[in-house]
Amino acid sequence: MEQSEIYSNVVRIISKHAKNEEALKTLNTETHIINDLQVNSARLVDIVLDFEDTFNLEISDDDADRISTIGDAVKLVKDLMH
Amino acid sequence: MQTPTLKRVVVTGLGVVAPNARNTVEFTESLRGMRSGLRHLPVLQELGFACQVGGIPQDVAAIAEKLFSEDLRFSMNEAITYAAMASLEAFADAGLKPLPADADEPMYDTGAIIGTGIGGLDTFSEKVYPGVASKRIKRLGSSVVEQIMGSGAAARVGGLLGLGNQVYSNSSACNTGTEAIALGVQRIQAGLATRMLCGGTEGSDPHIWAGFDSMRVLNRGHNDRPEAASRPLSASAGGFIPGSGAGILVVEELESALARGATIYAEILGTAINSGGMRAGGSMTAPSPKSVQRCIRQALMAASLNPDAIDYINGHLTATMADPLEVKNWSEALERGPGRFPLINSTKSMIGHALGGAGAIESVATLLQMKHGFVHGSRNCEDFHPDIAAFAAHVPQQTRNVPISIAAKASFGFGDVNSCIIFQTWGA
Repeated sequence: MEQSEIYSNVVRIISKHAKNEEALKTLNTETHIINDLQVNSARLVDIVLDFEDTFNLEISDDDADRISTIGDAVKLVKDLMH
Repeated sequence: MQTPTLKRVVVTGLGVVAPNARNTVEFTESLRGMRSGLRHLPVLQELGFACQVGGIPQDVAAIAEKLFSEDLRFSMNEAITYAAMASLEAFADAGLKPLPADADEPMYDTGAIIGTGIGGLDTFSEKVYPGVASKRIKRLGSSVVEQIMGSGAAARVGGLLGLGNQVYSNSSACNTGTEAIALGVQRIQAGLATRMLCGGTEGSDPHIWAGFDSMRVLNRGHNDRPEAASRPLSASAGGFIPGSGAGILVVEELESALARGATIYAEILGTAINSGGMRAGGSMTAPSPKSVQRCIRQALMAASLNPDAIDYINGHLTATMADPLEVKNWSEALERGPGRFPLINSTKSMIGHALGGAGAIESVATLLQMKHGFVHGSRNCEDFHPDIAAFAAHVPQQTRNVPISIAAKASFGFGDVNSCIIFQTWGA
């Protein structure tokens, strides 16, 4: 899967839970999932499950805990896929 | 008993989602037109239910999509969705607005008591059970607990609106919805809140209904004629028809309602909640007549009202063998025989029995009839039950345009539990 495809899927999955719609308009790899997008921290569990289903991979709890920004998520998915 | 120190409480907002309506405007039309929301449900047939008729709110998904973000929809099961929809309608109807998400503090003067009789079995059957049975606990995700917790509906509504008073869910089986309103009223009377969103909600998952089918308390004789299947007060009543939906009332301290110029539907003159303790004819599934009558009398005493003042009763009337007993209980409690009995009908004849949502949906029906000056026809009792034939003239089979000044609503539930509310049309 191309990096751009990973990025767009990551954004699609995270956006479902974003409460700050303004921040969605200026998304980039530095965007913080909880602080900027105001995703409820409990929902990170569901986002990780969605990543696992979408990209057909398994994400450990330790890896999941390291996701803070969109870029972190894209990098993790990319690393696990290769 | 009401004392001068209790605050006066009025109803300032209504919201509803029912098998024959998605809001109070549609509900008023459906009640007046006696429109049934009951349908044959193929899923019940496939699953081997003896009763294959049920009441499910129609076409609500599109409305929920407009009202709620994807994140919210992800974390709301059917019962919570109905409660949230009805609450938003009731709050707006009361002239109130949800607090902005970035508000510094919640509305400490406003709370919610919204119960369910059974709860989120759709979440349990679709997510919890398969996940646990397949030993994939991690796959349950973060949204399961907030949907199966007993307080799920009240919690979601509290967050949607920004409520800072008590946010709570009661549960007393089929008594839940009416009890929730009585509890909220009592809280305001005591000066502990200014306004409360009160009511009940229930989903339509077959897992909720299956136990009732097994108990043989659902009507299995009208699967081919769903609109005739809910037959309260009839000789051919063969059990209730399961329903679903939510009803919500905004109840408010009178002074607050007047101060902000709110439209007032009715004053709640009195409420009562009790239990028969499964003694004196009561059991887990049957109400004790003595306690039902006592509950009705207590509500009248709280209202400081002569029983002759009641001109309409919205009955519990589920279409089981308890209907004749209920009519006799009302008659005894009010000391009004067949010659002087008030009008009485069963909203369940159109929408079935929404369990924990029933009393609240039917309270909304009561208040809409009071507001618009009619008593809806009670469907499917052409063959009136012979044991109470003398009361037949007091059960409208077609809708009658008559003003209602004072109405009584009662619900009774498994556990031998009862509640009763007395409403008086505002300005009557």
